[in-house]
Order: sequence, then structure tokens, then C-alpha cells
Amino acid sequence: MTRYLIPDACIRDIGEYEKTGGYQGLEKALSMEPGQVVEEVKKSGLRGRGGAGFPTGMKWMFAAGDPKFPKYIVCNADEGEPGTFKDKALLKNNPHILIEGMAIAAHALKAETGYVYLRAEYPKEKEILEAALAQAHEKGFLGENIMGSGARLDIQVHRGAGAYICGEETALIDSLEGKRGQPRLKPPFPVNAGLWGKPTVVNNVETFANLPFIMRAGAQEYMKIGAPDCPGNKLFSVSGHVEKPGVYELPMGITLKDIIYDHAGGIKNGKALKAVIPGGVSAPVLPPDKIDCPMDFVSVQKWGSMLGSGGVIVFDEDTCMVQVAHRALQFFEHESCGKCTPCREGTGWLRAILERLETRQGREGDIRLLEDVSRNIAGNTFCPLGDGAAMVVLGFLKHFKEEFSEHIENGCPYGRTGKRPDRPAPVQ
Amino acid sequence: MKSEKSQREKTFSPGALTRLEEIKKKYPDKRAALMPALYIAQDEFGWLRPEALKAVAQYLELPEMTVRSTATFYSIYKHEQAGRNMVRLCTNVSCMVLGASTLKGTLKTLYGLAPGGTSPDGRFQLEIGECIGACDRGPAMLVNDDLHTELDTKKLIQVLESYK
Ligand SMILES: Cc1cc2nc3c(=O)[nH]c(=O)nc-3n(C[C@H](O)[C@H](O)[C@H](O)COP(=O)(O)O)c2cc1C
Ligand code: FES
Repeated sequence: MTRYLIPDACIRDIGEYEKTGGYQGLEKALSMEPGQVVEEVKKSGLRGRGGAGFPTGMKWMFAAGDPKFPKYIVCNADEGEPGTFKDKALLKNNPHILIEGMAIAAHALKAETGYVYLRAEYPKEKEILEAALAQAHEKGFLGENIMGSGARLDIQVHRGAGAYICGEETALIDSLEGKRGQPRLKPPFPVNAGLWGKPTVVNNVETFANLPFIMRAGAQEYMKIGAPDCPGNKLFSVSGHVEKPGVYELPMGITLKDIIYDHAGGIKNGKALKAVIPGGVSAPVLPPDKIDCPMDFVSVQKWGSMLGSGGVIVFDEDTCMVQVAHRALQFFEHESCGKCTPCREGTGWLRAILERLETRQGREGDIRLLEDVSRNIAGNTFCPLGDGAAMVVLGFLKHFKEEFSEHIENGCPYGRTGKRPDRPAPVQ
Repeated sequence: MKSEKSQREKTFSPGALTRLEEIKKKYPDKRAALMPALYIAQDEFGWLRPEALKAVAQYLELPEMTVRSTATFYSIYKHEQAGRNMVRLCTNVSCMVLGASTLKGTLKTLYGLAPGGTSPDGRFQLEIGECIGACDRGPAMLVNDDLHTELDTKKLIQVLESYK
């Protein structure tokens, strides 16, 4: 299996990076016309790794086709999806791959300025990235007349300030402009009217990191890796009750089962699997009989959830699903930007109902109410944050409804049996 | 917190002004320098006190309301007089199932720290945070800019004792 995203040993030094073929992808790209680079990326079938799986080549084509200049490229390094830590692993272990990827994109789009929107919670990674940027400048891979090609590019790091919604690309753009990070109404899309109204391509860290390999090996070779309609490797962040949590670089389309059992060492302490969230907290939960699901953007959707960020969260048999759902909804309520009503009010309602269940105050009809509120949020919000919250609740109810009813009738089965250390058993 | 002087004079120090000048160059529009300027202002003034917001507004030639509107949207900024050390304990799903809620209890009983509050001695401020990207080694927390992972009650106390 080829790994090209995260090396075995961390590479921060530019000389070391060059020894492993680093910046050769950029050299190749610079020898081509910008339009040819866009074409090659389109041919490769690369899909964005930020969560939605949008075809990168197509996004670039839209931006390249817009007559307005200057154009901007933005790296989304806001990584706020709970259960996701793969962009951090990339920044920490291979920062130059991001810089090379961004330089390739800049050439393709004739952009001369790039920004990395980096989440505030990654201060150490900011230092690492800034050190790598300085090295790249010194070696002439950034700045004026890059590798003698006449192209120029500057990359600036912009530190976020702790708002999950700023991971959404239009909120990110507003935030970069110094505003409150609230999503914009689309269209226009950022590819036509992004930063300061100019054509802007926003891509995830991991998306950029795929580009050096695509350029170096060519689209043909790239397409041999992974799933037919989702080529390439994917970084999976595996956490929760597994023996070996961590980031795994594996081909798209590998099954959830292989990730959990072959790579992450199976369930911790020999317990049984109860449930797994395949794509970060915003992805609906899957029960154990669905772990044969191939992990790529197309398949996971067919199996009733989404690949999202590839944050795989594993729960053992002693985990209370109501507790997990409640915590997830606390997150959505807290992170709703407040711009649209169904999301702002709906996430609060869902959290409050789940809190009743958690505190043994569940009422008859609460499950119907949860379904009802969720259905009224889904499809009616400004951005996908609200949809995510609704789909999460519906996912839990689809597979674990009995556990929710049990909470209403008799209280938490785990609290009662004393299996949950962090909540006192209800008084009998 | 850095110097009493800059607070009294209610303007930026020469060092901060140099940093601000550098930052403005990164963007074609000065408003984009607002978020980084707020970070500098809170370093200078200790927290985003009204004078700090005013100084940012003056420096970037923006209405004070604009500065305030942006600042209040973001949770990482210090909007109040803060404890000396900012503790951000992640209690999101991956950390929760590994026992983060117990740690929340420990902070309350041992340090008098409630979510959003400051310890009576002013040493710590607690935010119950969302995921900080260390889920594979949870429960995790940030103290100021330092990441601490695989916490249990014993390790939590040990770590906090190293901050004065
Ligand atoms: C609520 C919300 C949060 C998001 N958070 C992130 C994030 O942290 N990182 C990211 O790359 N994309 C995030 N996205 C997706 C971005 O809007 C955008 O689709 C992505 O950055 C595009 O990059 P890609 O085409 O390379 O995937 C988020 C979307 C939504 C709706
Ligand atoms: S859930 Fe705690 S660090 Fe991610």
C-alpha cells in the first residue's frame, strides 16, 4: 500500500522533505500551463476532504473561469468537527506537503495570495507551519519568481478564535475579513465571490496534501488507489473505545470493520462493539451490523450516514447512547451561530429534551417530539450545521429507539447498574 | 497583564505597534487585521477590556461597535478579567466516553472551578470546551497554549500544580 500523506517519521525540515520527492510535484506543475494543472486534477477524481467530498477539479474550474482578479486560495485548517484530528497530524508531521499543495493550487488558479485559516486550539502547529513557510520562502518555493517560473505566492496564517461554524467556508471567509463568522447565503459561491468579493478557492488541509502526489505520479496512477468514484488515500481519525486510537492513512473504500479491528486494534479491553460514528460527531451513528460499510463519500451515504471528516468514534457495549446524543446536541446548540431560527431554536429544543431523558424527567411523547423537531430543522437551515444536528438525533432514534424509551420509562439503564462512573445512580 | 503602564495610558506599547504594523501588511483590507489585532490587544491589556477594544478601533480606524461585534462572536478571546491560567477541558464525545465528566467534578471540588468561572485565588479560569483535536489521547485539556492528554484525576492535579 502506498502512503503519501503522512510519513513514518515526522518531516519538518525542508531538506528532508525534498529528499523524499518533496516539491517535485510543484516543479512538475510549474512546467505545465495553469489550465493543464486544473485538467489533471479534474482527471484525478480528487474529492475535497473537508467533509462534503466536492470534486476539487470542478471547484477549481469554476474559479479559474471567473474573469475577476486577484484570485485567492484559502486552506481550511479550522478542524472543529469533534472526533477529528487528522489535519493536525498533517500539520505536525508533514507541514511542507500543505505548502507544496497550496503552491500547486495557486499556480493552477493564478493566485498570488493564500491564507491558512488555522484553528486557535492549535498554537503549536501554528509555530511548526510558520517555520516551514519561512524555509519554503528561503528556498524559493514561495515568494517572488518561484523556481524561476515567474510565478509568485505569499501564504499567511490566520488564527481563528474558537468558533466551530468558521469551518463552514463562507463563515470562514467572513471571519477572515474580520467579521462575525456567520455563513453567507449561496449563491454566489466563493469560487465567484469569496474573499473581498473575489474568486476564492477554499480547500481542506488534506485536500491540498493530495496534490503533490497527483502531480508527481499523474492522475492515472492516483486513480489506481482507493475506491473507483473516490480515489486516493484518506486519513481516518480513530478515537473512543479502541485499543489503538490514532490517525490512519488508508485507501478510500476500506471497510469500517477493517479500520476498527485490523488497524485500530479492536474494541478496548475485549468488550463488544455497540455503535460507531463514522465521520465526526455530525455524522449519524451506525450499529454493529453496518460495519461492513466501505468508507468513501458515496458508500457511507448509501449505508445511512456520511464520511464527513473521517472521524471514526467507537463506542463499546457500556456506552449510553442518550448520553452521547445529549453531549452532541450540547455541542450543536453551543456552536449554532444564531443566524437562522430553525437551527438556533431547534438545537436548543433537542438538547433540552435529551437533557430531560438524561435526568430522568423524560415524558411520554418525548421521542415523537425529538423526531418532530428534527424533521422541522432538516432542510430548513441556512447551512448544514442544523441539518447535521437533526440527522444525528434521527440516527440515534433509528438504531437505538428502545434505549431512549427505556430512559423515559425507567431511567438510564447504565446509571442504574452503576456502569457509568460519571453520573450518580438515580435514587430508587 | 503585561504592564500596568500600558493599561493606564490606554494605548499600545511600541512592541505591540510593530506587531500590528506587520499584521496589517498581510491583508489588502485593514478590517481583516481585526482578529489578530484583538489577540495583541488582549496580550497588552490582559483581557478585552473596553479600553482594549477602543485602542483596536482607533488603530484600525474602525467604529468601536464593529470591533465589539466581531470580538463578542468568538469564544477564545478573554472577554472578562480572567484567571491567570486558562484551562480548557474537553468534554466532547470522545473525551466524555473516556471519563472527562469525572474530571469536571474534580475541578469543582478541588479548585472551586465551575464552568466559566475563576478559582477563588485567581489562579485558574475554566472553560468547558469542545473538541481540541486530541481525541485519540483523551481526556484532553489545554492550559493556556499547552496540551495535556490522557488525563485522570491524579494526572489532572499533577498538571495543574505546575501552573502558578
Ligand atoms: C458547520 C460546518 C463546519 C465545517 N467545518 C469544516 C472544517 O473544520 N474543516 C474543513 O475543511 N471543512 C469544514 N467544513 C466544510 C467547508 O464548508 C468546505 O466545504 C470545505 O472546506 C471545502 O474544502 P474541500 O473541498 O477541500 O473539502 C464545514 C462545513 C460546515 C457546514
Ligand atoms: S473529543 Fe476531546 S479532544 Fe476531541
